[in-house]
Amino acid sequence: MSRMLLEVKDLFAGYAATEVLHGLSMKIEEGSITTLLGANGAGKTTTLRALCKMIKVRGQILFDGQAIEGKATEDIVRLGVAHVPDGRGTFGSLSTEENLQLGSYTRKDKHEVALDQEKMYSYFPRLKERRNQQAGTLSGGEQQMLAIARALMLRPRLLLLDEPSFGLAPLIVREIFDIMQTINQNDKVTILLVEQNAAMALDLAKYAYLLETGKLVLSGLSEDLKQDQAVRRSYLGH
Amino acid sequence: METFIHQVVAGIATGGVYASLALALVMIYQSTHHINFAQGEIAMFATYMAWTLINAGVAYWLAFICTLLLSFSLGVLIQRIIIRPVENAPVLNIVVVFIGLLVILNSIAGWIFTYTIKAFPSPFPKEPPFGLYFISSHELGSICVTMVLLLLLYSFFKFTPLGLAMRAAAQNPDSSRLVGIRVGWMLALGWGLAAAIGSVAGMMIAPVVFLEPNMMSGILLYAFAAALVGGIDSPGGAVLGGFIVGILENILGAYVIGTELKLSVALVLIIVVLTIKPAGLFGKVIVSRV
Repeated sequence: MSRMLLEVKDLFAGYAATEVLHGLSMKIEEGSITTLLGANGAGKTTTLRALCKMIKVRGQILFDGQAIEGKATEDIVRLGVAHVPDGRGTFGSLSTEENLQLGSYTRKDKHEVALDQEKMYSYFPRLKERRNQQAGTLSGGEQQMLAIARALMLRPRLLLLDEPSFGLAPLIVREIFDIMQTINQNDKVTILLVEQNAAMALDLAKYAYLLETGKLVLSGLSEDLKQDQAVRRSYLGH
Repeated sequence: METFIHQVVAGIATGGVYASLALALVMIYQSTHHINFAQGEIAMFATYMAWTLINAGVAYWLAFICTLLLSFSLGVLIQRIIIRPVENAPVLNIVVVFIGLLVILNSIAGWIFTYTIKAFPSPFPKEPPFGLYFISSHELGSICVTMVLLLLLYSFFKFTPLGLAMRAAAQNPDSSRLVGIRVGWMLALGWGLAAAIGSVAGMMIAPVVFLEPNMMSGILLYAFAAALVGGIDSPGGAVLGGFIVGILENILGAYVIGTELKLSVALVLIIVVLTIKPAGLFGKVIVSRV
């Protein structure tokens, strides 16, 4: 295996009195797409939240060899970790363009930012049509595109995606998955994808992890997991 | 007719002051959903700082700018030291902190500067501008100062990255952190700006109502009414509300109920808005599923 961008060792995390992750360990290879599968309540969203410190954690998180478990979300973002949260987290009363500008809030290279913005509009032409429209008035698919585009405006090294296909029409889901492939290949963005649609996620990702009640139960190449009996029965439906 | 025009113009002038203070209230409400009951006392305290500077021989406009900076810092400090520790406390706790702040600032001002009424200078000439009979120079000047202030604020929030970040932080703190915005500092900055805006309101109204520790209590009531009329979560609405309240107050005071009962206009407005249209003219109606 090549270089690791993210290494998680023995991670515990949860909300108030409820612990959700009980000693999670995982690695993400630089430049890869990795998918995190699991049933509802297994702790997928919690894992992503823990990785950028939106919740309290115990354990170790190494990003590019640097310990980040003690850092604030804002500082982890500055290292190049972008998170598209579940529910998309767009700024509803701000315009599409303002949402994109916020994505590049921490960047100082104004010229490059302008180029990136055009690039986002070329990835998602529909956002360009809606650039002055309030984000809250966009359709679900457009909001998801905006959320991804906003995350990419950071020029992240690691992109965390929380169920980008949730509630979207199959055609739009296809479009979004194609874009993920493109940004992984062209822009060399490492992606950690949490997804309900296990079949599509396993097709896209190189590696896969299977999470069950806060612990990893299976990990490996997506191709191998696709052949696994338990995975097939529980997540692929055949 | 001449007196009527004068009443309207005077209403616009004081309305501008209400508008500024209402805007300060709305700014803090938008980001934290708290009503800062101490907003008026912060403005009063700032006005005393200006008075001290002017009495020490500092030129008016220099003192004006120093006061803006000082009250900005005061606002930031209050947020960082007093408000931040109770940020996530139940709403009643926060209300008590605000009221405590109100009483403390009021007492400190009385202690340092005494409760004797002081004259506060107006930077504008005594004689009416351009020989106009229906407006005083201070009224015209204070309208202009308010307009410039509002324009500057609008441009700041609309066109600068920091202004955008502050709007984002007010709307969605979690997503803001995910794009790297330091939400805590944005709140402090909001407090600073609100205090600075309030200080302008204080300095513009002080020549009219005279300087004393309780000078803002009535003004704050009008500002509440203004903010509620416009919609407590709408900055533009608060500004318009300020002018509406100012004009209404003056005309009703002059022709209908007399000056003694003027303050009750604010209270009646507050009650009417809260019972008939709680969201105000431009506020969002919040519907929540239960």
